[in-house]
Amino acid sequence: MLNRPNPSLGVPIYLQLMEQVKHAIETGALRPGDQLPGIRTLAEELVINSNTVAKAYRELQHEGVLELRHGSGAFVARNPRAGRMADALRAAQSLVAGAVERLRERGVTDDEIRRLFEAELARQRRPVVRRG
Amino acid sequence: MAESIVEVAGLHKAYGGVEALRGLDLQVPAGAICGLLGRNGAGKTTALKILLGATRPDGGAAHVFGLSAAEPAASVEIRRRTGFVSEEKDLYPVMTVAEIVRFTAAFFPLWRHDLQERYLRRFDLPPERKVRALSRGMRTKLALLLALCRGAELLVLDEPTSDLDPASVEEVLQALVSHVASEELTVLFSTHQIADVEQIADHVAIVDRGRTVVAGPLDDLRSSFCRVRIVFDGEAPAATFDVPGAGRVRREGRVLSVLSRDGADPVVAQARALGPSSVEVLPLTLKEIFLESVAGEG
Repeated sequence: MLNRPNPSLGVPIYLQLMEQVKHAIETGALRPGDQLPGIRTLAEELVINSNTVAKAYRELQHEGVLELRHGSGAFVARNPRAGRMADALRAAQSLVAGAVERLRERGVTDDEIRRLFEAELARQRRPVVRRG
Repeated sequence: MAESIVEVAGLHKAYGGVEALRGLDLQVPAGAICGLLGRNGAGKTTALKILLGATRPDGGAAHVFGLSAAEPAASVEIRRRTGFVSEEKDLYPVMTVAEIVRFTAAFFPLWRHDLQERYLRRFDLPPERKVRALSRGMRTKLALLLALCRGAELLVLDEPTSDLDPASVEEVLQALVSHVASEELTVLFSTHQIADVEQIADHVAIVDRGRTVVAGPLDDLRSSFCRVRIVFDGEAPAATFDVPGAGRVRREGRVLSVLSRDGADPVVAQARALGPSSVEVLPLTLKEIFLESVAGEG
């Protein structure tokens, strides 16, 4: 279900994991109520630090994407917050589609568009300061 | 913040007038996997030796489990609770794998026979083979097995993956992450393999010429270090950045590239005042952080 993160990216591994889980939910690969692998199992499978997996799960819980139940593990949230996110993402997608279309009309290449998006995201990136 | 298992402040050590350590600091919180990263000769091994009481510092303090590593009685207690794999992986060459496992187990009342069986299988170690006939990779795995099975609270590994092929490196790293996930264990390992640190460490200390130059949770370092790339319509001005955290500035044609150790905002704010045509913030990899933090050759 989840792939190995790339540790050599500048992006923290827990953020990469969070993105993967969200993406799996968006595509329907993970659905509300589904159980995720245990922290230790996933750490072993991906050969990453278990504290990193725990941190990703905690952050996803905080965002309402996962529910952590004591003793039984992590589940995709049943509450509609993740669902609302999917709606919001669909709306966002049409915004992006419009922007991409207009940029292409102005002769900006796809590679340039991609770099512009990434640069903007990197510029606006705020570190997560919460600690557990 | 979790309590520190290892607490080192201002360590100094000289060997015959050559300074190996010049004020090294190190904190390893309980449950962390901490990578001690540095070039060859940076002082990593000396620091680990001091923690284990194998050599005494000329100055500064080293505590493990809150015990002073410089006091003989406390040092015995530290070693009782710590598993150590040295760079040489020195093991009795004439014993077989099975013999050395049995021999070592006898010294440790908390010996984990369940883990012993698991790691013998996982590492594919031939029980009847003599240690001197093992490959370097197998010898490392055997040394690691002996350290993992003794029920230690702290594992200190000096260059654990240095002679291993990529598949063996993966096996060793996997054994470490799974051991830390299931047992109450803290790991401190020295290495010059940046990839190993990136993959399994959650804390890192970069050591250069006997001093700690960067230390902290890896995620924090990744979000505080960045490169700000400023593009101008004409030739980039020879600007200097005196804001907190600003590092090396490179000027090349229309582009100024500024390193920041303390988030992008202060540098970006100053960059905007220069009237650039664009400003972008790029993340740094650990390798770039390392190369920017340690002094160059010579």
